[in-house]
Amino acid sequence: MATQLADPEARSTNAPEAVVVRFAGDSGDGMQLTGGQFTLSSALAGNDFATFPDFPAEIRAPQGTLFGVSAFQINFGSTSIDTAGDAPDVLVAMNPAALKTNVGALKPGGLIIADTGEFTKRNLEKAKYEVNPLEDGSLSKWQVLAFDISALTLESVKPFGLGNKEALRCKNMWTLGLSLWMFDRDRQPLIDWLNAKFAKNKVLADANIAALNAGHAYGETAELGGHVKKLHLGPVPTPAGLYRTVTGADAVALGLVAGAQLAHLPMFFGGYPITPASSILHALVRLKEFNVTTFQAEDEIAAICAAIGASYAGQLGVTSSSGPGIALKTEAMGLAVMTELPLVIVNSQRGGPSTGLPTKTEQSDLYQAVYGRNGDTPIPVISARSPGDAFDCAIEACRIAVQYMTPVILLTDGYIANAAEPWKVPDPADYAEFPVSFLAEKNAGDTLLPYKRDAKGARPWIKPGTPGLMHRIGGIEKQVDTGHLDYSPANHQAMTDARKAKVDGIARSIPAQDVCLGTEGGKLAVVGWGSTYGPIHQAVGRARNKGLDVSHIHVRHIWPLPENLGDLLRGYDRVLVPEMNTGQFKTVLRDQFLVDAKPLTKTSGQPFTIAEIEAAIEEALA
Amino acid sequence: MNAITPITTSIKDWETDQEVRWCPGCGDYAILKAVQRTLPELGADPANTVFVSGIGCSSRFPYYVESYGFHTIHGRAPAFATGIKLANPALDVWLVTGDGDGMSIGGNHTMHVLRRNLDCQILLFNNEIYGLTKGQYSPTSREGTTSPSTPLGSVDRPASPCAFALGAGARFIARGFDVSKHLPEVLKAAYHHKGAAFVEIFQNCIVYNKDRFEDFAAPKGAEDRQLWLANGEPMLFAKGEKGIALDTEKLTLKVVDVVDGDWQAAGVIVHDVTNRSIAHMLVEMPFGPFPMALGVLYDDPRPTFEAAVMAEREKASAGKEPNLAKLLAKGQTWTVTEGGPDL
Repeated sequence: MATQLADPEARSTNAPEAVVVRFAGDSGDGMQLTGGQFTLSSALAGNDFATFPDFPAEIRAPQGTLFGVSAFQINFGSTSIDTAGDAPDVLVAMNPAALKTNVGALKPGGLIIADTGEFTKRNLEKAKYEVNPLEDGSLSKWQVLAFDISALTLESVKPFGLGNKEALRCKNMWTLGLSLWMFDRDRQPLIDWLNAKFAKNKVLADANIAALNAGHAYGETAELGGHVKKLHLGPVPTPAGLYRTVTGADAVALGLVAGAQLAHLPMFFGGYPITPASSILHALVRLKEFNVTTFQAEDEIAAICAAIGASYAGQLGVTSSSGPGIALKTEAMGLAVMTELPLVIVNSQRGGPSTGLPTKTEQSDLYQAVYGRNGDTPIPVISARSPGDAFDCAIEACRIAVQYMTPVILLTDGYIANAAEPWKVPDPADYAEFPVSFLAEKNAGDTLLPYKRDAKGARPWIKPGTPGLMHRIGGIEKQVDTGHLDYSPANHQAMTDARKAKVDGIARSIPAQDVCLGTEGGKLAVVGWGSTYGPIHQAVGRARNKGLDVSHIHVRHIWPLPENLGDLLRGYDRVLVPEMNTGQFKTVLRDQFLVDAKPLTKTSGQPFTIAEIEAAIEEALA
Repeated sequence: MNAITPITTSIKDWETDQEVRWCPGCGDYAILKAVQRTLPELGADPANTVFVSGIGCSSRFPYYVESYGFHTIHGRAPAFATGIKLANPALDVWLVTGDGDGMSIGGNHTMHVLRRNLDCQILLFNNEIYGLTKGQYSPTSREGTTSPSTPLGSVDRPASPCAFALGAGARFIARGFDVSKHLPEVLKAAYHHKGAAFVEIFQNCIVYNKDRFEDFAAPKGAEDRQLWLANGEPMLFAKGEKGIALDTEKLTLKVVDVVDGDWQAAGVIVHDVTNRSIAHMLVEMPFGPFPMALGVLYDDPRPTFEAAVMAEREKASAGKEPNLAKLLAKGQTWTVTEGGPDL
């Protein structure tokens, strides 16, 4: 979603205010790049937008195959956009496989742009087409615009003397040029970007620019069968300020840097490559001047253990992964709870179980985050609702970690990590600092008590290297105050209670739960968390436009939950919880508040569509 | 080790008020004493020293040393040590592990901490058994070891910690045993090596693997069964009557008799701690046909991991201002004024 909080209830009924375009091609065709640049041009045109990159787990899947199709969807327009859109209005299909796997989603009457140059006998066979769908009338419920993009691209880059393979790589720029024409977009930012990208290879820069211009000119001059009209989507009204695009992974990285700065701490990031979390490591490794140390460890376990080691030594330890990697880190998370050291653990969730769907999104690690450890091991959990929101959530995770001396889990997901949205650039001065102070001298007269708690229940942070404060910590149960080994029954009871009370008490430091759309109390509350924000918000807005008594509540603090949430939920006749799992948050709400929360679940690896949630709202209120 | 100003301490300064909970007669007591005796001689500072351990009998070690200590989780001590040292390279980090902790569940981390060459001392207490879990065979147990989990005798071949360490890229390898009077010398050499220093310490598990190392560690006949290596000195044992020489045809080591002290004539090798080829032969030298190779087998420092990480960070940060507001506004931006975007 959009940083701009235009009320979905206020949207006008004049269409089209938003258009959904899906670029689909071979995973080597540069579809993610095309989509990304189109996104940028949307931003520069002042449109609000949301994107959904959907790519295969294979890096270079065999060319032309169905499983090798990579797609990028963008929803953009002159109205507030919360989701990447349900069904595309336009499908750009670079080969038969891309057409086959994506055409089903296209709106009836929507436009297909296809490259006939790729609809060869061999490619049709690979896509399991017996006859050419461009010729057999099977696409009649859509408009089809098929022409030889490959040949036109080759023609346009001829003067540059590229090899055939290299020349064909410019196809995506040709297509982008045509798309820019269709939506009346300025080419100059793309030309600047290509010049910068290929600064060391002027020929490639010029060839790509020529392809871009040729695609644009084709729209301008060719007879496009009357199908394609130039569409101009005006800018969306937004709060004044400086904007940029941001993905969730970038926002998490920036938020962690900001959080460490607000805590006045150097940051240590331990990571191990895993999709879709690696981008956070990639972003942080370039921010060394912010006193960030990144460590690519030998495995997930070493990544978190090194981060805990760094926290022990006085830095803000951070680790990041996705579900399977988080599972490996679990034992170390228990140690961080036992030794009461600050730590931020970011989980970019993906489809599970096991390896599951590495590149697809899901919210199915909620149980793992809230309950998934041996022993009574409470860890606060925060979830980001959108790419931009991930920035604030990362700062909040850092704050809780250092103020309460505890590991904190930040949940995002594959969708948030990869998706981009316009983001009003925050001013660091708007965020309250939470500077850390380390214990410098004994805290009980002549005695050091490493586990003496403050009013919040937090123990002091003591850095090795501090004279006179030598002490030992570890995973064995600690004696109250002294931190010595103590297995005695009364002590374990007291320490278990203290750890629980500390984490429960975090609820007092978080904002009360608000209703983000609708009313406090009523017939139906739709309660969401994480990346379902967009579709829920739109669906609730549309239902309210129809006069339905429904409200949207979106929860950031999953554990502990806001103190007023139970009472708030009890003010509605019904509670519906849409989530991309089999009903995990629903269970937590029932467990904590004994409310009759009903699930709306989806585990297809794809985000909810607005229509799916709208239908569930109507059913719940029928 | 670090280039620190030596401070004056006594053995008492390194003892904690905690009751030591190893079994009476355990070899760990002797190692603890050797370490506590060595630290004052090194001029080490308790406030600047961190003992990091995993899980197992050996890993209780930090609780008994009056310094900073972190008893972590099974096998992962090297990873914690890496985070500690990267966060504060000025700390003296000692890593205490065992044959199960360091060679089995934590083998991966042992490999990588050595390969990266983190500046720390790694003390691997090898008792060839799982003590804390009541006596199962370990990855260093000899073939045929009977234990609760191998009542018919173990069938797998044991790992050799020093050979493993050298293979992983270690730049310092030493061996000692719990009650050896030479152990403090070995610890000192490890401390003075800048980089990951790997020390295998044979340790007698009095309960589950009693006297396992008596074949070479027993005082009686020790000079015939122990080869104490010293840099620049000929590899002699058995009161100088025997030595280690190179069989140049087979490219292996061989035991030779030394007549009238003329070790040169017998071809005895002069120990060069920087010779990696000889180090490979020494870590593989089988006890039985040969004496047990003890002392510093290999010592050839290379730049450390944390120094490289810091240097890279400094280089990458040079001339860059850590301005958060500028960072947030990086990349292509656009300004929206009241009433719409300003393009």
